[in-house]
Amino acid sequence: MIEIEQLYKRFGKNEVLKDLSLAFRQKGTISAILGPNGSGKTTLIKSILGMVLPTRGLIRAFGEDIRGRWAYRDKISYLPQIARFPENLRATELFDMVKDLRRRDARDKALIELFELEEHLQKPLAYLSGGTRQKVNLVLTFMYDNPVYILDEPTAGLDPLSIIRLKQLIRHEKEAGKIVLLTTHIMSLVEDIADEVVFLLDGHIHYRGSIPQLKADYQAPDVEQAIARLLAGEETTEKAFTLNPS
Amino acid sequence: MNKILKYSLYDLVRSRWMFFYFGFFLLFTLGLFWLSPDISKVAISMMNIILILVPLIATMFGLMYFYNSREFTELLLAQPIPRQHIFLGQYLGVAGSLSLSFLLGMGVPFLLYGLTASSDIGLFLTLLVSGVLLSFIFSGISFYIALKNDNRIRGFGLAILVWLLLAVAYDGFLLLGLAHFSDYPLEKYALGASLFNPIDLSRILILLKLDIAALMGFTGAVFKKFLGSNLGMIISLIVLLFWVLLPLWSIRRASLRKDF
Repeated sequence: MIEIEQLYKRFGKNEVLKDLSLAFRQKGTISAILGPNGSGKTTLIKSILGMVLPTRGLIRAFGEDIRGRWAYRDKISYLPQIARFPENLRATELFDMVKDLRRRDARDKALIELFELEEHLQKPLAYLSGGTRQKVNLVLTFMYDNPVYILDEPTAGLDPLSIIRLKQLIRHEKEAGKIVLLTTHIMSLVEDIADEVVFLLDGHIHYRGSIPQLKADYQAPDVEQAIARLLAGEETTEKAFTLNPS
Repeated sequence: MNKILKYSLYDLVRSRWMFFYFGFFLLFTLGLFWLSPDISKVAISMMNIILILVPLIATMFGLMYFYNSREFTELLLAQPIPRQHIFLGQYLGVAGSLSLSFLLGMGVPFLLYGLTASSDIGLFLTLLVSGVLLSFIFSGISFYIALKNDNRIRGFGLAILVWLLLAVAYDGFLLLGLAHFSDYPLEKYALGASLFNPIDLSRILILLKLDIAALMGFTGAVFKKFLGSNLGMIISLIVLLFWVLLPLWSIRRASLRKDF
């Protein structure tokens, strides 16, 4: 449903994505897009959403070239990395705005209950804590039943209980046959819910494979170890250092 | 675009800064009336405030709003709407709420002090129109600068520079040039030069309405001499409207090419 061919993106002199080709076609799959900081994860996601305009290359969503298009975004739900909203709006008004923009049946009530947001709905968004704002962000993302979900660091700032509910929610979408793309730095989350791993390094796809495959390829007991071994070919994972001034 | 405008207005009319801006105009105008209840005198004092302060506040507020809502803009960009609508909606929200604060803050005292019974209603309306046009023009310029500069410090620096140039330095340079080439007939050049500065144009618009040649400065006098009061006002108004459209067009263009 999402196909990327020879995607190349440069910011000034900084090459972020280097002729990357990738497709997500299998329904009911959770793909974790991993990679060190600055490897191009967010740029890749933002390119799919049309927020970053590729220097060259082709992106197709639901069979259509997305260049200059916007209607296709109605079928994609996106969770941005940083949850910051207009300070003087209330959460309800924010939900109303997105409903106003999308004009389809939304399931915000059930999600507000799931994340226990009722008491925060009428407060200005500036007064909400970081974790609560992330829950508002999650409601905004999951309130539409879409074939594709793109989640950038979904667990940022959440308490353990909310993380459990979020995982439940993501699994539910997977079972409903959705394509879920997520970026995270938390390997246990990947281990728990992801079906496959796409590992980016310096704007290339360094590795792609299912979780069992990844563990087998690197003979590791868990994903964290596997990723560590995967990176060990590139650099040493643990470094000796001293913090005391000599 | 209307939806974005609606919700950015919801946000902005509750903002503390808008309230301060409204309060400032209200207290300042009331203060002037307290000093002298003569409507035309108060209007002339307000003219200078409008010409200097409205562009400055519109520029700074536009930048602040744009940079502060960067993450929210990303959320909007992921929605199924054309991206230029997001920025045009936000821009209209900022320009609209600034204009509203200005109109209410200045309008209420004038009405309280018997504007409707006085003959100066035309002058008052000219002041309102220039203030609103300047709010639109300068918040548009600031939006364009913010779209082009991701670095906030650079954005603010550039915006201050533009404001200084148009509000303060432009007249100085113009006079310097005119004095230097005073042996040549430069009236028409001066006329042309004032078209490139919206603040100068607003000043001419108000002064032509006031009909006091002594206060007009060089470009104003030239306008009056060549075009007469009415034609001069119509031309300056048309050029000011063009000045509103220019940033609007640039915002649209810049928003279509930008990475977020």
